[in-house]
Parts: sequence; C-alpha cells; structure tokens
Amino acid sequence: MSETHAQEDVTRRDFIYLGAGAFAGIGAAVALVPLIDQMNPAADVRALATIEVDLSSIAVGQQIKVMWQGKPVFVRRRTAEEISAAENVDLKELKDPATDEARHANQEENGAEKPEWLIVVGICTHLGCIPLEGQGEYHGWFCPCHGSVYDTSGRIRKGPAPKNLEKPKYTFLSDERILIG
Amino acid sequence: MAHQSEQQGHAAHESTYRTTGPFTEWLDKRLPILRFANDTMMSFPTPRNLNYWWTFGGILTFCLAVQIVTGIILAMHYTPNADLAFGSVERIMRDVNYGWLLRYTHAVGASMFFLAVYVHIFRGLYYGSYKAPREILWMLGVVILLLMMATAFMGYVLPWGQMSFWAATVITNFFTAFPVVGKFITEWLWGGFAVGNATLNRFFSLHYLLPFVIVGVVALHVWALHVPGNNNPTGLDVKGKQDTLPFHPYYTVKDGFALVLFTIVFAWFVFFAPNSLGHPDNYIPANPLVTPPHIVPEWYFLPFYAILRSIPDKLLGVIAMFGSIVVLFLIPWLDTSKVRSMRYRPMMQWFFLFFVAACGVLMWCGANPPEGNFVLYARLATSYYFAYFLIIMPLVGMIEQPRKMPESIAKPVLPGGGGAMPARASAAPQTKG
Repeated sequence: MSETHAQEDVTRRDFIYLGAGAFAGIGAAVALVPLIDQMNPAADVRALATIEVDLSSIAVGQQIKVMWQGKPVFVRRRTAEEISAAENVDLKELKDPATDEARHANQEENGAEKPEWLIVVGICTHLGCIPLEGQGEYHGWFCPCHGSVYDTSGRIRKGPAPKNLEKPKYTFLSDERILIG
Repeated sequence: MAHQSEQQGHAAHESTYRTTGPFTEWLDKRLPILRFANDTMMSFPTPRNLNYWWTFGGILTFCLAVQIVTGIILAMHYTPNADLAFGSVERIMRDVNYGWLLRYTHAVGASMFFLAVYVHIFRGLYYGSYKAPREILWMLGVVILLLMMATAFMGYVLPWGQMSFWAATVITNFFTAFPVVGKFITEWLWGGFAVGNATLNRFFSLHYLLPFVIVGVVALHVWALHVPGNNNPTGLDVKGKQDTLPFHPYYTVKDGFALVLFTIVFAWFVFFAPNSLGHPDNYIPANPLVTPPHIVPEWYFLPFYAILRSIPDKLLGVIAMFGSIVVLFLIPWLDTSKVRSMRYRPMMQWFFLFFVAACGVLMWCGANPPEGNFVLYARLATSYYFAYFLIIMPLVGMIEQPRKMPESIAKPVLPGGGGAMPARASAAPQTKG
C-alpha cells in the first residue's frame, strides 16, 4: 500500500517539475520577444514608405538616383540601343532569367508598356554596394566592390551577385510622375 | 608571524602563499584573494624554456586594457547619431584636450591588438598549444578572436565616414546570403531598410558592451591556462620542479621587456603614422548614394575578405568566410600527430611555413581589386588555407616520422639535465637561453 503511495508521489513530483520548468521556459521565451523585436524597423522608419518622382527632367540616356526607404533607386530613361540590347538576350544565358518586358515599366504599373523607363533599386544584390551607371561590358551597371556586372535591363550577367537588381513597387501617377512604394 | 595554511590555493600546484601579518591572516581566512594572486601570478610554476613568442599573452592583456581605457574616454566625447557622429569625431581630433592622442591610440590600438593576436595564434599553431589537454583553452581563444572581430568592425563604423558606412553595408549584407530568412535578419540588424541611424546607435551600444564580454572570456581563457599550465617550445609536459620557474620574476620581467619593445612600435604608429593603417576615404562623411570606387576592410580582415571574394557564389563565399574561423574550433581533433611542437615535426614545419605564406597572399589579394591574377592567387591560397586544416593536418600526423625529442624540458636547457639544478639555474636565468 505504502509502495503505491510512494510511486504516486514521485509521479506528482515529476509533473510539478516539468510543469514549473515549462512555465518558466515559455515565460522566458515570451519575455524575449520585445527585447528582440525592438531591433526591427520602428514605426517612423516604416512610415517613410513612399516617394513621388518627377520624370519630366530626365533626358533619354540619363539616369537619376532617388532615395526611397534609405535606399537609392535608379530611374533610367533608356536609349533605343539599350532597349534592343536588353531585349535581344537568350534567357538561357541568364543567371536569374527574366525578360526585359518583366523588368521595364509595363502593364502592371502603368496600363501600357513603357520600355524606355527602367526603375530598379540601386543596390547590388551581392553585398549591398551601389553599382556604377553605364560601366561594365554590358553597359548597364558595374559594382566596384566585388565586380558584379549588370546589363541595361538591370539583370545580373557576371560576377558574384546572385540576383537581378530588385524592381521596387511603383505606379505611374501620370506620364511624367511616378510613386515609388 | 608567517602562517602556513592547510588551504590549497590551486589544484595544479601547492600554494606557496605566506601571510605577512595579522591583517593578511585575517583576510586570508575570509577572502583568500592575496593567496589567489600569489599562486596564479607570482609563484605559478611556468616552463623554464618559454621563448619570446610566449610574451604575446601579456601584450594582449595590455592591448585590451588600452582599448577599454581609451574607449571609455572617447565615448565621453562621441555622439552616436548619423548626423552628428562624423563631426563629433573631428571635434575629438581638433578641440578635445589630447583628443587626437586618445583617438589615434584607440584606432592604432585596434591594429596592434590584431597584430598581437595573430602572432599569438600562429604561436599556438606552431607549438601545438591547441592539443590535449588544452582544447578548451584554444577554443576560448577562438571565441575571443570572434568577439574581437565583431568589436573592431562595429568600432570602425562609429566615425560614420564613407568606409564606415560601406563596411557596415557590405558586412551586414552577408546575412542576405541565407535563403528566406536573410532579408528579415538584415532588416532586423539595420533597424530599417538600409544602414542608417538606428544601425549606428546599436553598433555603439554593442561596441561598448563587447569589450567587457571579452574580459569575461579572457578570464576563462586564463583559468583554462592555469589548469594544465603553459605549453612550451618543446611541447613536452612538465615532469617536475626542475622544468619550471616561478612566473615572477622570470616571466613578469621577460613579458615586461617584450611589452616595452611592443609599445615602441605602437607609439611609432601613433605619433608618426597614425593614418597609415586606415583608409583615407573614411575622412569623407558617409554618403548612402555613392559607394567608394574601391572598398577595402582594415588590414586585419583582408585575408577573410579575400576568401569571401575568391568564391564566385554569394552563399558559398559567405559560408567559406565564416568557415575559415569555425575550422579553428575543430583543429584539436583534426591534428592527428602525437607530437605537440613542430620543432620535432620535419614535414609539418614546411606545411606550416606555407600556411603562413598563404595567409600573407590572402592579405595581399584582399587589398587588391578582384581582377586578373589576384583572383587566381586568392583561390589557390584559399584552397591551401582549408586544405591545411582539413587534409594536411590529419594526414601528415599519421605518416610523419617525428624527430627525436629530448627527455624533458630541463634536459636540452641545462647541460647534464635537471636533478639538483633548479637552485643554480634560478640564480643564473641567462642559461635559459
């Protein structure tokens, strides 16, 4: 009789240990959430999510850089040669295959194809440097840090970067104004 | 008055502490701190044959102290804000009394710290100081190296010059290499969508914290050293009293002399070439719209930078770079040789020499643009770096025929061997060679 009693005690003790341990463990984990999440972008940083850009002053063959969310965005008005160079590429040659139609301002943003406008985030997808315009063997961009080469569609062609220059979300407010973000 | 206590100050050797009066006796019963200091820093039995490569532990302690003292002072004048940081550093240089000296000492001090730690690591590699029973000692050392790298990197960001900003950008972008979670990790590190004010603030906070974490790990490192005691150039275990000398005065003086020589080099850089180890672009305020044409890290990160760039794939490059440090944790088990010191390892000596050369080549490649032959050299040196640890270390240990080793530490030092020698040798330390 007493033996059964002792066994019962052991089982109950184990339950209390496990329960208390689990409670303390979960509690500690939950307490960590604010300590970790405070490092994520704060509300004021997240609020600066959109900007408007006036395109009227950009000449053909010119590129401007604008700041969006602390990042540079390239707005490039491509020449006819640059567009045809970007279009006449075998997709099999590409590391991150994408057609030029999917890269330039297209139906989604505008309701009409606007192949002369190429709008990309100006951050090399390797380690975040800002590529230099018009340089490199594809005359798109060249990243001076580790030698990545992008074509006139902002696609990665050579070097260590894994992906094409990112295309930000944007919409044409009119023919000469866009909203990025 | 001398009182001999039964208490043992340290497990590794018998306590030699003697109280000097009623107060020290009273204190010894309550907090035996003087006994501890005596047994670990004064009478600690140390192999009698330590050469000058063993003085870098003391030099590193000095470096850590210099960085903490100058750093705490600099923090009194520095402003961790993206708009004000650059100006506050220039104010330290021009207006704060002796600010130029403190800042140059802190900046050059980082380089001196790494110079000393690399010598210290190569010393450990050559003499097999990572082998049993010193594996934990070695691994704690690698932890300290990682903490030093993190601290130095975040400190370099604080002046908020062009190199600061772009170094922060490139290094934090390492984490984008990891699939899926990469983007979230980097935004979490930045506190924004790019390196910015939030990043600068947290780096300052951590740059202040980590040196004290290093102090803590150094304490563990020294503790782990005092359990087996020092390795020595022969790699042989201490067999008795004839093999050792008390740490004080023999090694306090030897370390002190080496430290004086080291501080002469240190002072030369501070006073005559304070900017020679840095990059002039860091005197241009940070500009998030323009990447400098040629980004290079500080000299002490160049070999790792070269490893990163030598691999054309982003994720694999980042993994190789982290792997070059992680592999150091494993070498106590990768080295299959029963002989500790390479003094008695005719083959491994040569492979070691080439290893040092490969690190030099990597440093040289890291400083140059990744073009032409530099790519090839960096790839060859990276291959050798990993082959040295992962292939050469295990294989050579199995096939190599070691040289004949002396019977004990005292034997090659003292003609006629140990025995009754210690008293005489203690009176004539020059025989130590």
